[in-house]
Amino acid sequence: VIGRRWWVAWLWIAPALMLTSLFLLYPTLDSVRRSLLDPEAQTFVGLENYRFLVENPNSFVLDTHSAFLNNALWVVVFTATTVGLGLILAVLTSRVKYESAVQSAIFVPMAISFVAAAVIWRFMYDINPLIGTLNAILTAIHREPVAWLQDIRAPQQWLTQWGPEVLPKPLHLNNFALILVAVWMWTGFAMVVLAAGLKGVPTEILEAARVDGASELQVFWRIIIPILAPTILVVATTLVILSLKLFDLIWVMTGGRFDTDVVATLYLRTTFILRNFGVGSALAVVLFLCVLPVSLLSVRRIRTLQEGR
Amino acid sequence: MLKVQPTTARRQSEDSQDVSKLRRKTPFRRTLARVPLHLVLVGLAIVWSIPTIALLVSSFREPSAISVSGWWNALAQPSSFTTDNYQAVLAQRGMARAFLNSLVITVPSTLLTILIAAVAAYAFAWMPFRGSNHIFLAIVALLVVPVQMTLIPLLRLYSALSVDVSMPLLGGRLFGTSSFLGVWLAHCAFGLPFAVFLLRNSFSSIPRDLLESASLDGASDLQIFRQIVLPLSAPSLAALAIFQFLWVWNDLLVAFVFLSDPSLAPMTLRITNLVSSFGSQYQLLTAAAFVSMTLPLVIFFGLHRYFVQGLLAGSVKG
Repeated sequence: VIGRRWWVAWLWIAPALMLTSLFLLYPTLDSVRRSLLDPEAQTFVGLENYRFLVENPNSFVLDTHSAFLNNALWVVVFTATTVGLGLILAVLTSRVKYESAVQSAIFVPMAISFVAAAVIWRFMYDINPLIGTLNAILTAIHREPVAWLQDIRAPQQWLTQWGPEVLPKPLHLNNFALILVAVWMWTGFAMVVLAAGLKGVPTEILEAARVDGASELQVFWRIIIPILAPTILVVATTLVILSLKLFDLIWVMTGGRFDTDVVATLYLRTTFILRNFGVGSALAVVLFLCVLPVSLLSVRRIRTLQEGR
Repeated sequence: MLKVQPTTARRQSEDSQDVSKLRRKTPFRRTLARVPLHLVLVGLAIVWSIPTIALLVSSFREPSAISVSGWWNALAQPSSFTTDNYQAVLAQRGMARAFLNSLVITVPSTLLTILIAAVAAYAFAWMPFRGSNHIFLAIVALLVVPVQMTLIPLLRLYSALSVDVSMPLLGGRLFGTSSFLGVWLAHCAFGLPFAVFLLRNSFSSIPRDLLESASLDGASDLQIFRQIVLPLSAPSLAALAIFQFLWVWNDLLVAFVFLSDPSLAPMTLRITNLVSSFGSQYQLLTAAAFVSMTLPLVIFFGLHRYFVQGLLAGSVKG
């Protein structure tokens, strides 16, 4: 607009600038400061709170080691499974005419909250075979019902006698049962994003490869995967960030009991139930430092994808 | 942003049929070869739907029937369905109030986020000044901050600035913890980096000539913003609105920290409390969970396109 005063632009951005400074920038700096103070935020204690996380002195109440290991398991297993399933579904649905119907059925869980999903799956996992669908199926094939959310045995034990009965720390049946719920919710997201990417693969290339005698498997590994690689990376970074910050599912399904805590549930319990703001802030900072490199990658990726469009 | 383009799907399947013809398969053998594909896809779609269907069916069963026989038995005798569980949950367990609280929290948060973000995004897109791009990038960079990082300082801040006057009509304090205003502002601030990012990109794609000619005709910034920029960006605004609405509607964390007062709790928090006190009373839990899912499901089926776009675009949000 001609003759606009210099301060007009500042007026337009002022509300957004004030809110983000007050609710995001200032608290971030303050959390870092608080992580170096004692629980009452009075005296400077150096890295004492971080040492608490590393040395895990109070493992009966706050098992930090278990939480870190569980989080690592979540990041790897949840991301790999969801991306893999989403990719397979994107490719398979692109070959049928009722594509959108199947995609809708798988995408629906994205709409509901983690809390509602937790209720749904507590019901699915119930120990009573007259209530829990999964245990009803196990009983029907003459197996003992399994306490999915409490059981810390090795995961293969629910169906076979093969292998060791207990695996080292995070590889417990209940962790996998929880991860499965998140996979159920987020596969639709991975599938829809990858399906959209797949539409962008030029059909001429696929045709040419098939005419030249490439098998469908070769087309998948040698053409589709390399072309989709940037999209796959966007989906994977999103899911990694999600699995680092996720807490509500675990909070409602197990409350972090039976060795299912992750960093975000530990943070919530330390801070708002045990009221230890020093260790709580340290946990938040650790979470932030884990998320940071992945988020930066994700934001940059999204930007390049947009510019390339 | 990533867009779904359904039109190319048909062309692609026709193409792959042409290729199959080149291989000289008979139509019958071609259909036969595709049977496993159909089985896998239909099977997966059913498996994916079973948990939700189980919830829905159980929520309409007699409380006494739930622990006596599996939910699949109820499908054989639909006459036994009842809405008692919904009445119990809505009236006695406070879900009606919680539903209202969810609306009171979500609608203003969503509108506020979009309003503040759109105004700022217009300035970033069409009122460039020295350093404006740096300020824009700084706001977007705050996307990487997890909400957890902000909660302790905000809790202290809210306690210090608490205004202990009751909020007219809605209940709770005017400001501080246990106040709707505090939660609106928090949700709005957490949504802003992404919303500003999305809307500035959308606003910048409007042709410069259009705005310049309006400006030469004497239109003010406010007129250009309201009569040209907002209508032309309607799809982005709709996608953002749906994304932000669902984000706030499904939130547990912010409510857990700032709205611990039971009379102000939204449905997510109310259900969480029901689970810890009535963990095995599935007639209550299933009905409560389904009440909380109704609005997201209506949006999903009613505004499918914007819903998918909003979620895809919003997947970068922190």
